[in-house]
Amino acid sequence: MSISNSVIARDGAPAVPRRKVAVLSKRQRKIRNALVAYSFIAPNFLGFAVFTLGPILFAFALAFMHWDGSNAITFAGLDNFWRLFEDKAFIAAFWNTIIYTVASVPATLLCALGLAVLLNQKIAGRNFFRTAMFFPYVASLVAVAVVWNMIFNPEMGPVNMILYTLGLDPKNMPGWAADRHWAMVTVILFGIWKNMGYYMVIYLAGLQGINAELYEAADLDGANSWQKFIHVTVPQLGPTTFFVTVMLTIQSFKVFDQIYMITQGGPGTSTLVLVYHIYNEAFISWDLGYSSMISLVLFFLVLAVTVFQFRRQREDEA
Amino acid sequence: MRIAGRKVTIRTIAIYVIVIAVTLIMLMPFAWMLSASLKLSRDVFAFPIEWIPSEPQWQNYVDIWTKIPLALFIYNTSKLTIIVTLLQLLTSSFAAYAFAKLNFPYKNTLFLGYIATIAMPWQVYMVPQFLLMREFGLNNTHLALICLQAFTAFGVFLMRQFYMSIPTELCEAARIDGMNEYQIWARIMLPLSKPALSTLTIFTFVTTWNDFLGPMIYLTKTELKTVQIGLRMFISQYSAEYGLIMAASVVALIPVLVVFLVLQRFFVEGIASTGLKG
Repeated sequence: MSISNSVIARDGAPAVPRRKVAVLSKRQRKIRNALVAYSFIAPNFLGFAVFTLGPILFAFALAFMHWDGSNAITFAGLDNFWRLFEDKAFIAAFWNTIIYTVASVPATLLCALGLAVLLNQKIAGRNFFRTAMFFPYVASLVAVAVVWNMIFNPEMGPVNMILYTLGLDPKNMPGWAADRHWAMVTVILFGIWKNMGYYMVIYLAGLQGINAELYEAADLDGANSWQKFIHVTVPQLGPTTFFVTVMLTIQSFKVFDQIYMITQGGPGTSTLVLVYHIYNEAFISWDLGYSSMISLVLFFLVLAVTVFQFRRQREDEA
Repeated sequence: MRIAGRKVTIRTIAIYVIVIAVTLIMLMPFAWMLSASLKLSRDVFAFPIEWIPSEPQWQNYVDIWTKIPLALFIYNTSKLTIIVTLLQLLTSSFAAYAFAKLNFPYKNTLFLGYIATIAMPWQVYMVPQFLLMREFGLNNTHLALICLQAFTAFGVFLMRQFYMSIPTELCEAARIDGMNEYQIWARIMLPLSKPALSTLTIFTFVTTWNDFLGPMIYLTKTELKTVQIGLRMFISQYSAEYGLIMAASVVALIPVLVVFLVLQRFFVEGIASTGLKG
């Protein structure tokens, strides 16, 4: 402070027009740097705090309240929590979410990995194939769900028509989305078809990170393609596979749109999942406290997977 | 076997067979959609499938614009998507610069807050968010959707990961040359982060354009609706008009297809270089 003050003349005007930085003390510089940094963060953070962080905290509080959105809020204690165990729809939704996850995660993962390995080779039209595989992921869900519904239409759709020409008895034909036993299968197949390309791209990025020398060494040892795949590719892709598993699992817990468009949770409760139940309780029944309690269950499911991921990652790094 | 002077092995043939078969499965629904969009509704389910209609019904593509206000829906969606994408790119890359290259108090705490919400399903807080917007009087406004989609933790995280890979020495050299932090962001970081910006553009554009649940909850007035809920409305109103439904679906897909094809070469690069993969 004292040194920089000395350049200021008696009348208070700077004697020498020096660069501002020079007249700042260490503390002032620190504050100034922090203010600059905060100015970078502020535009995003303000929106993020108001529209994301705030509602998240509010959601946790709402889970312990009774509210229909217009009349007074009352404290509910654990009422909403105990209600979960008596709510048959919730129990169905919980198990359906688990079934969806357990079925679709490994299937999507294997398809994505297989395709990535194939499309990582130098084949003609590689970029076209990659783009084609990825396109369902970016295509509008509403549009593709409509066509999917029509393709799997039990009476007139091409899929059952093909099964019919192959000699399958019309009586044993799967009813797909309209059939209790096939509805979940339909939704799972749709999910795999839609998401596979995205995870394939992640695997492609993972494959490009593998050191080519490892394959050269394997070649010198006389390894064939399959051996190289099992002993080099798969282990090297370990972190990617783990990441994909976690992302897929979280995504499966959150499944909603495709179910809304294809089965509306039915027939009965055969494809009702957690998010669908949250949606129903909130925007159909206006039971906001209870819907927030179901959200909390979903949150803890996702949290468990995320914590597990961070632990694993730390172990891998250690 | 030799084709065009190159040695072709069984293995190569097998690879092509698998890849082509899978590609057909992936593209079949789109081909059927396109084909059905040019047919009369009663011909859509004709089997065996006539892939190229003998009498293409171009009229379907004329009728959809009058049966529903499709042009208005497209205008609404374009407006939302462009504003959200621009805001997202701007605020995310701005914030990410501070998180990646500057030091300030509570940096790690704040960043942890961002990370923690990435894994948080939107559905967990969509109800309180809806109540908040209603409190602000933003129901049935496009502003509500802009607010809830423009400031994401995901964007900040993606950009930050990319900026971390840019050498800090570059920023220091610029500082010595007399650039301030805003200039460094604008003249050094932004031009270098094209792959990450492209990745974020594709993600944001596609998510906003295709968003279904958000507009469904917030927009009940027809004149505010987006393509996706408009399409859904169309499906329930004209459930037997398959040809028209398919034509509208094709139209709803085109913008995403264009953006994706233009930016896709950056896409793998972006995912790989951010190390984010999500």
